[in-house]
Amino acid sequence: MKKLLLLSIVTLVGITFLGRVIYLQVILSDTLQMEAENNAITTIYDYPERGFIYDRNGKLMVANQVAYDVMVIPRETGDVDINKLAELLKIHESRLEKKLKDARTWSAVQASVVVPQLTQIEYAPLQEQLRKFPGFYIQRRSLRKYMVDHSASVLGYIREVNQNSIKNDDYYVQGDLAGKSGIELQYEEELRGVKGYKKYTRDHYGRAIESYKNGSSDKAPIAGTDLTITLDKELQEYAEKLMINKRGGVVAIEPQTGEILTLVTAPNYDPSLLMGRDRSKNINAILRDTVRLPDVNRVLQGQYAPGSPFKVINALVALQEGVVTPQEHFSCNNGYNYGGKKPLGCHSHASPLAMNRGIAESCNAYFAQVYRRIIENEKDPAKGMDIWHDHVTSFGLGDFLGYDLPVGQPGRIPDGDYYTSRYRYKWYAPATISNAIGQGEVAVTPIQLANMTAAIANRGYFYRPHIIKEINGTPIDILKYTEKNYTTIEAKHFKPVVEGMNEVYRSGTAKYVQIPGIEICGKTGTVENFTKVNGERKQLTDHSVFIAFAPKDDPKIAVAVFIENGYWGSRYAAKIASLLIEKHLKGAITRTDLENYLLTHSLEYEYVKKLSKAPFKVNEAIDQGLITLEKEKKLRKLVDSLQPNTLY
Amino acid sequence: MGIGDKPKYDLASILIYTALVFIGLISVYSAAPVIEYTSITDINEVYGKQLLFIGVCAILIIVILAIEVKFYERFAGLIYVISILSLAGLFVFGKEVNGATSWYPLGPFTFQPSEFAKFATALAVAKFLSQLNVSLKNVRDFMIISGIIALPALLITLQPDPGSALIYTAFFFALQREGLSLWYLTLGLIALVLFFSALVINIGWIILAILVSITGIYLLSRKRKHKKHLAKPRVYLFVIAALTCIAYTFSTSYIFNNLLEDRHRNRINIVLGKVQDDAGIGYNINQSMIAIGNGGWTGKPLQEATQTRGGYVPEQHTDFIFSAIGEVSGLVGTSTTIILFMLLLYRLIIMAERQRNQFARVYGYGVAGIFFLHFFVNIGMVIGLLPTVGIPLPFMSYGGSGLMGFTILLFLFIKLDAHRMSYDH
Repeated sequence: MKKLLLLSIVTLVGITFLGRVIYLQVILSDTLQMEAENNAITTIYDYPERGFIYDRNGKLMVANQVAYDVMVIPRETGDVDINKLAELLKIHESRLEKKLKDARTWSAVQASVVVPQLTQIEYAPLQEQLRKFPGFYIQRRSLRKYMVDHSASVLGYIREVNQNSIKNDDYYVQGDLAGKSGIELQYEEELRGVKGYKKYTRDHYGRAIESYKNGSSDKAPIAGTDLTITLDKELQEYAEKLMINKRGGVVAIEPQTGEILTLVTAPNYDPSLLMGRDRSKNINAILRDTVRLPDVNRVLQGQYAPGSPFKVINALVALQEGVVTPQEHFSCNNGYNYGGKKPLGCHSHASPLAMNRGIAESCNAYFAQVYRRIIENEKDPAKGMDIWHDHVTSFGLGDFLGYDLPVGQPGRIPDGDYYTSRYRYKWYAPATISNAIGQGEVAVTPIQLANMTAAIANRGYFYRPHIIKEINGTPIDILKYTEKNYTTIEAKHFKPVVEGMNEVYRSGTAKYVQIPGIEICGKTGTVENFTKVNGERKQLTDHSVFIAFAPKDDPKIAVAVFIENGYWGSRYAAKIASLLIEKHLKGAITRTDLENYLLTHSLEYEYVKKLSKAPFKVNEAIDQGLITLEKEKKLRKLVDSLQPNTLY
Repeated sequence: MGIGDKPKYDLASILIYTALVFIGLISVYSAAPVIEYTSITDINEVYGKQLLFIGVCAILIIVILAIEVKFYERFAGLIYVISILSLAGLFVFGKEVNGATSWYPLGPFTFQPSEFAKFATALAVAKFLSQLNVSLKNVRDFMIISGIIALPALLITLQPDPGSALIYTAFFFALQREGLSLWYLTLGLIALVLFFSALVINIGWIILAILVSITGIYLLSRKRKHKKHLAKPRVYLFVIAALTCIAYTFSTSYIFNNLLEDRHRNRINIVLGKVQDDAGIGYNINQSMIAIGNGGWTGKPLQEATQTRGGYVPEQHTDFIFSAIGEVSGLVGTSTTIILFMLLLYRLIIMAERQRNQFARVYGYGVAGIFFLHFFVNIGMVIGLLPTVGIPLPFMSYGGSGLMGFTILLFLFIKLDAHRMSYDH
């Protein structure tokens, strides 16, 4: 026993140790190797240049520019002359002090950003001066350069990825830039390319020592892909210009291809605001603007009652179902009594009228009767409603449409179930009569409206609207965007409806926006709308809507214009639409009177009404929007005073 | 020594020694805190210095083996006294490094007397115990031997270098071999178990456990009434034992919580898993385990041994040298090292057992005990089984004093062993 004690302890300890090293080096090895890698291998990324974005005519819309970050390595600064440096960097002293403190807290030996994203102009004077401050240096990085000062909502912007994206996508690491909205988000993978990297081993101070595995695991970056989009830069620019001081949207689509020529939401902003040193301030200002809502893409996300343009769909459905002929006349006695509390009103025009004049005069009574026939064609109104619903949705309404932009709303086209579940009692067609004139339960987005117009222009089919034209110079070949989507309406039924839409332009509600030499087919809309002011339902001035395509026999462009509170259709929307059509087809504007009207009129006075708390009148016959300096000032002041406090 | 007797040097232990020193040198080279490697003979870097120390050791070995074997036993007392004086002298002439005054400055080098006090104490213990009239059963002799061991340990604790002082518990194995009752070991183990459990478990449970087990032992011992020759168990003895245990538990936990310094407390807490602190005090052990795990089966080439090359393991070329072996040569290297140490210890025990005189045997067991404790505490710490205690791994850790001290310790015994047939009282 005496002789065995140490011997057995040695054996015991030895075996324990062997077991432990086997555990560490075999069983736990993978975990520990990963920890070692996290510890010691630093990856320095090599970012490829982001792809450029060109318009359909090859005009550059988005390029890149070099930006400069002011960096600091806290350990190397020594005593910093805060006053001088703050003056040089043009930031507040206390802010600079805080930045330096934060940087030191994070790491004394690794670089932190002090002032991000200086432009070339801001950087130039720094270059020399900054040498006097040891530990500070400037790091280049590539940023977006926008060649346009509008269209932010469609182009989108890029910004540093957040923790969520890093968690969800292995590709991203802290500090990467990625598309956040619009095309930048939709085509992020194409535009960003693939970043390369070099791996270095680093010591426990975080300093790179040597290339890891002699660089055998390093990767060269793959450049981002250039995109050609379907937008026409000039048309887009022109539409943006016409939309200043208005709220709403403009969508123009090329019917033969489904290519989106113009996509404007107003109010919009300059995409360059979201870059450079003031970007975070600007982003906040845009996101927090709860009065103008510039962040809401009204063309893709705004769900509005379509108003009278919807009547042409009802006309088509009625023809397809055979419940009416183009020649049949209906009478209108300043409205139509369908049995409700009060009749569905209409304005003065010749009566009785057939389909062509019904469309041209936008007669409510005509369409109420036609609509009733569609629904009452079946014994069960719910079934009639379903048939109507299927026809309507075949135009891409009530659906996300599948275009290649990252936001959208489906709108709403009610069916039989919708009313059955809503009404506790048995319901009949008159209960849904508002659908006849595009009010009530029907809701569409402006892009759906434009697509619907394109389908009418094509006499029965549409291509899914899309924004991508070429990827790296090669035209897209995506079935989704190259196949025809047929509506449930036979081509022969379109003729009388198209004629009616042409009469709208020639002798109907839009006769004042005629363009010499261009045959336009259109339909005006005047959309009633309401809001809540202090919990009280109040009517606001009607929305001005217009859909159109041209030329009549060989459509090159289909447009939908939606102007919030613009009153009747031809007051704003039709003017904008016809100017865009003229610009697109002729390249120059002859109706400068229309253009002049739009540029000198602002609808801000309408938008202020619901905010001002004062009693207001709606649907004033005379447009109060003529821009005068004094009025503008007053309005600005009022709107600003209503903004939530955005000081920081 | 009979005239004409040829000394027989133990080849096995010399070979193991050579292998360990060699692996050590390579590991010091890989763990060297340098950015760019220079020649291994570069005297400005740790590997060059270690090579130099190995050279000095070679000379030392020749000298040790050349000296008349009787010299060591005869002058054991004097060597011990000189060693104690050199430890005491530190308080006057010592140089402080890392908070401990354990070194004499010696030109560009430093000299650490505690490394040499080990063999001196081993000699003194062997010398005293081998006297014919000395017995461990004699309380006075036991006190003297305890004093011989405790004196250097105390001086080293005061430096303060409690880790190195801990090594002196190694002499327990020598004393046990010479007849010290196993009760001491049992008592020591009970003390340790109580100490650590008091840190982990609520003290109330421990008191309950003490009472239950002592009552149990008492009841069991009452049953052996038929064994008439055994003394009748007395209740008061059990009560005293229980009270002592409880008092001890309270006092150690008081000492731990109130008298120990934070750094010591933390080291223990981390191993006990009470504190997870990979960035602070637990950093060393965590990084060391990562380094070992990163080695895998066969280790990583130096370029990819990122833990070692990046200097993530503090003190890697000294106390944490085993982690460099682990990363650079993998399981092959670590298991080889552990097995070599086991073989060396077995060999030393066999050699000690074959000694004909008590002096050589006690010294042999002293050597084996010291190596074992270093092996146990150092590797146990590096692989994360024991708290951080700053002592080197024999023959492998960088450091001149250490390497020389261990070399003397071993080769003195090889010298004694070589002359075992002729060496007599």
